[in-house]
Amino acid sequence: MTGLTTNGVAHAPSRTVRTIILGVVGVIFAVPIVAMIEFTLRAGLVGGYNVDRWVALFQSGFTGVYRPVLVALGNSVALAIGTVLIVLLLLIPTMLLVHIRFPRLRRVLEFICILPITIPAIVLVVGLAPVYAIVARMLGSGVWTLAFAYGITVLPFAYRAIQSNLDGVDVKTLTEAARTLGAGWGSVLLRVLVPNLRRGILAGAFIAVAVVLGEFTIASLLNRVNLQTALVVVSKVDPYTAVILSLLALAFAFLLLLVIGRLGAPRTRTSRRRTTVKGPA
Amino acid sequence: MNSQQLTAQQPTAPTRPGTVVEFTGVVKEFSGMRALDGFNLTLHAGECVALLGPSGSGKTTALRVLAGLESTDAGSITIDGIDVSALSTSKRDMGMVFQSYSLFPHLSAGENVEFGLRMRKIKPAERRRRAAASLAMVGLDDHFDRFAHQLSGGQQQRVALARALVTEPRVLLLDEPLSALDAKVRVQLRDEIRRIQTELGITTLFVTHDQDEALAVADRVAVMRAGNIEQVGTPEELYSRPATPFIADFVGLSNRIDGLVRSARAEVYGTSLPLIDPATPDGPVTVSIRPEDIEFAAEGLAATVVTSSFLGSLRRTTLRLADGTILFLQHGVRVHPKAGENVFVNFTGAPVSTERVETASVAQQQS
Repeated sequence: MTGLTTNGVAHAPSRTVRTIILGVVGVIFAVPIVAMIEFTLRAGLVGGYNVDRWVALFQSGFTGVYRPVLVALGNSVALAIGTVLIVLLLLIPTMLLVHIRFPRLRRVLEFICILPITIPAIVLVVGLAPVYAIVARMLGSGVWTLAFAYGITVLPFAYRAIQSNLDGVDVKTLTEAARTLGAGWGSVLLRVLVPNLRRGILAGAFIAVAVVLGEFTIASLLNRVNLQTALVVVSKVDPYTAVILSLLALAFAFLLLLVIGRLGAPRTRTSRRRTTVKGPA
Repeated sequence: MNSQQLTAQQPTAPTRPGTVVEFTGVVKEFSGMRALDGFNLTLHAGECVALLGPSGSGKTTALRVLAGLESTDAGSITIDGIDVSALSTSKRDMGMVFQSYSLFPHLSAGENVEFGLRMRKIKPAERRRRAAASLAMVGLDDHFDRFAHQLSGGQQQRVALARALVTEPRVLLLDEPLSALDAKVRVQLRDEIRRIQTELGITTLFVTHDQDEALAVADRVAVMRAGNIEQVGTPEELYSRPATPFIADFVGLSNRIDGLVRSARAEVYGTSLPLIDPATPDGPVTVSIRPEDIEFAAEGLAATVVTSSFLGSLRRTTLRLADGTILFLQHGVRVHPKAGENVFVNFTGAPVSTERVETASVAQQQS
C-alpha cells in the first residue's frame, strides 16, 4: 500500500467560510425557485397574492389541458429508468471488463465516453435522426426508444462518476480474492464489486436521472413527448400553470433522487479508505 | 494482540492428510518473456514450500498459475494426481493470502471470513460459528464486527489468513503476505503462519523475496532464478550446502574471496578449506564464505576493523585485510571491536562453495 494520502484536510476551509459558500450557492439556487413560486401566487394585474391557481389545478385533478403533462411525466420517468438501466447493464460491466481484463483499452473507452459532452445536443440530433428512422422501423416509435440517445448523452457524466470510484478500489485484488474463495463471476460482480462501487454507481444513476428529467432538445427535435416538451406546450396556453407544473416536476425529481439515494445506501457507514496517518501530522 | 500463540487454539479444520501438488514442465510467457520456463516442483502432503527468488524470477507467476489466476502455456499442474490446468480459479479449492490488503472493504472481518462459506452455500448459523472459530485461530475473535479500515495491517492479513483457511482448502497459497507489514509484526505473523500451517497440516506454497522469511517458515525452500528452480532443499541444506554461488549469495550473506582449488580443497589466504562439491576442478576460483565461518583469533590473518554494527542478538563487523579485501563476519555481541582496531581472524573450516573465476560476476551480493 502506498503511504501517501491525499491530504486535502489540512487546508479545509473554516466553518464560517464554508457557511458563506453554502449560503451563496443556496441563494443562487433559491432565487429562481422563489421567483417561480411568487409568479404562481400573483392574484392578477391589481397585485396581491392568493393560491387560487394551485387550488384550481389540484381540484381539476390534472384533467383537461394538463393531462398531457402527467403522461409526459410518466414518459420521462420511464426514460430515466431506461437510461439508468443502460448505464447499469452496459456501461458498468464494460468498464469493469476493461479495468480488469483489457487495461490497455482504457484510454479508448475514456475517449469514447467523454466524446458526447463535446457534441451539442442539436448536432447530435442531426446524426441521430436517420438512426431513429431505422430504430422506428425496427422497434416502433415509442417514447422509450429515446433512452438510447439519452444513454449516450449521460455517458460522460456517468463514466467520470464511476471511474473515480473505480480508481479508488483495488478491483483486481478484490476480484482475485473472491475468485479464490470460490466466487463465480456473477458473485464477484454482485457481492464484491457493486457494493464497493456503490457510490460511483449511485452518482452515475443520479446524474442520468437528472439529465433525462431536464432534457428538451433531443425529444423536441425527434418529435417525442417528454416532461420538458409538454411543459413548453402548456406554457403557451397557461404560463402560470406551466410554472406550477415545473415546480411540481422539480419537487418530484428531488424526491426521486432522495429515494434512489436511500435505496442505494442500505448500510451507511464510514467506508472511507484506509488512511495510514499515524501520530501528529 | 499476540499473546495467544503458545496456548494453541483449537484449529478450525481437523488435521487431515494433506494434498500433493505437482508442477510438471510448466511454461508461462508474458508477451514473449518467459516467466516460467519448464518449471517443475512437487509439494508433498502437508508440506510448506517457500518459493524464494529475486523479483522477476517467476515465483509469483508459479503461485498464480497454481491458483488459476494465470493460464499455462505448456506443462501440467496436478492436485492429488488430477490435472487442474483447465479448472477455473473458483473451483480449485485454494486459500490465498495476497500481498496487498485484500479484505472486502464493505464487509466486516467476520463477514469477510464468511464469504467463502457463503459461496459454498453453508447455512448462516454454521457459517458464523466457523468464521468465529477461524478468527479465533488467528487471535482476532473479538474483532468479528470490525471493518478493514478499523484494523491494522497485521490484523488485516490475519483476517485474510482466517478467510483463506475457513473453507478448509486443499492448498494454502501465500503471495508475499508479510511484505507490506513493518518488521516486528512481520516476524510475529511469520511465526504464527508457521504454527497454524503445522497445526492444520495444510500443503502450503509461500512466495517471498525475503530469505529470512523463507528459511523460518518453510519445510523446504526452492530458490528460483529466471523462471526455473535453481536449488530446492531444506533451509539447512540451502544455507550450509548451496549448490551454486547464486544460492550462496541469495540465501544468507557471503564473503566472496579469491582463492585456489587444489586436490579437492580450497586455499584462501594460506588456509585450506573443505569444499561442498569435492568434484570441483583445480584452478583459480571465487570462494563464498559465510560471515559466521570467520572468527576472531589470537593470531592468524591480520585485519583492521572498518565498522561494527549491533544487530540485537549478534554483531556484524566489517574488516579490511592488508591487501584491501573487505571481509565481514558475524559474532556474539560481547565482543565489541572498535573502528581502526587491529585484529586477527581465522576461518572456522566450514565447507565452502566456489565459482570458477572465468565465469565470475554472475550474481551480485544480496543482503
